[in-house]
Amino acid sequence: MTACCSSPVAPPKPKPNTAAWVAGTVGSVIAWFLLYGQLKPAAYALTALLPVEPGGHAADAVAFFVYDTPKVLMLLTLVVFAMGIVRSFFSAERARSLLAGRREGLGNVAAAVLGIVTPFCSCSAVPLFIGFVSAGVPLGVTFSFLIAAPMVNEVALGLLFALVGWKVALTYLVFGLAVAIVSGWVIGRFHLEHWLEDWVRHVRAGAIDLPVETVTVVDRIRAGIDAVKDIVGKVWMWILLGIAVGAFIHGYVPVDLIAAIMGRDAWWSVPAAVVIGIPMYSSAAGIIPVIEALIAKGAALGTVLAFMMSVIALSLPEMIILRKVLTLRLIAVFVTVVGLGILAVGFLFNALFV
Amino acid sequence: MKDVKILGPGCARCRTTAEMVQAEADRLGVAITLEKVTDYAAIAGWGIASTPGIVVDGKVVHAGGLPRADDIPGWLR
Repeated sequence: MTACCSSPVAPPKPKPNTAAWVAGTVGSVIAWFLLYGQLKPAAYALTALLPVEPGGHAADAVAFFVYDTPKVLMLLTLVVFAMGIVRSFFSAERARSLLAGRREGLGNVAAAVLGIVTPFCSCSAVPLFIGFVSAGVPLGVTFSFLIAAPMVNEVALGLLFALVGWKVALTYLVFGLAVAIVSGWVIGRFHLEHWLEDWVRHVRAGAIDLPVETVTVVDRIRAGIDAVKDIVGKVWMWILLGIAVGAFIHGYVPVDLIAAIMGRDAWWSVPAAVVIGIPMYSSAAGIIPVIEALIAKGAALGTVLAFMMSVIALSLPEMIILRKVLTLRLIAVFVTVVGLGILAVGFLFNALFV
Repeated sequence: MKDVKILGPGCARCRTTAEMVQAEADRLGVAITLEKVTDYAAIAGWGIASTPGIVVDGKVVHAGGLPRADDIPGWLR
């Protein structure tokens, strides 16, 4: 037995080759663009091979499914990868030290923006909330962060961009941020600190300084790949399901029906969309392909986006988690303020996009 | 004997983190006591804002997301 093999400790791994990783990443991105350009002709060629009548309902539905599925999955992969790299520059602890003691107003803006780029998992919501509040981040500023983090995420933006277009994606980003900033600011104005659960107010934890972990370029690329594995691996089923429902709507649901229920003339559809959206819990992944089909069939953009924001930002599971730190009264204020903000966005969109 | 605490409400990532640390300790032959801290007030008391967190001998060494496998041996030595 040689000395090397008797050791229970593996020899130190060789340093990862940065140049090879960067070259691999650049190569993959170029390959992505080449492949993406071929999707449309490939989808049409494939649909033409199928025994469906060209131009008919079935052809519409099949073409939608065959073209949109790879398109959406590819775009999502690219966006999630890029966002994974961006997020490797941020952490909740860093966001907290940037926001602690910050004044409201500017603090709300900073919190909402940080909410987008900071890695955040919903099971971290409570530790994050206490960690922020106990370290001196104002309550309203903390809310701005917590509203923006789930609502304006890369999956929602990437899918909107892929399916509905960059204008709508950009508008969603701007208005999602606006809802988070204004709602947080309003909640801050109410001075509801005494409506937190008692034990939360008594947590006296100084913010700790984490040892600085050296993060290399390779680590960041790995973070991007991990994000793709994690997020795309989790949502692809929902996307397929959403696209299937969307394809059905595309092919078979009559325009008149959707226009009558969700069209611009039905003003009540915006509040209805918000209320229906609260108990629904779906990821952005499942809901956006459906939304795209609804818009194509004459649903008003504001109504549809209000529905989407409500589904994503106001979810029952999240409230049940937050109930551990917030009193019911504070949760009611939170839902009311955010709900009104979404309502305003819905009406505004319907007025703006004709 | 290293005293390791995994801070987290019991989500999948927290369990994976605990498994990673335990496996690494076994591989290195380091004796550890592994404790999972799931109480929110206790987690908050450590001053972290994201979970899972890792505490080794009373010192927070990591917070937020899975740790990098390469970092764990350094904490256990």
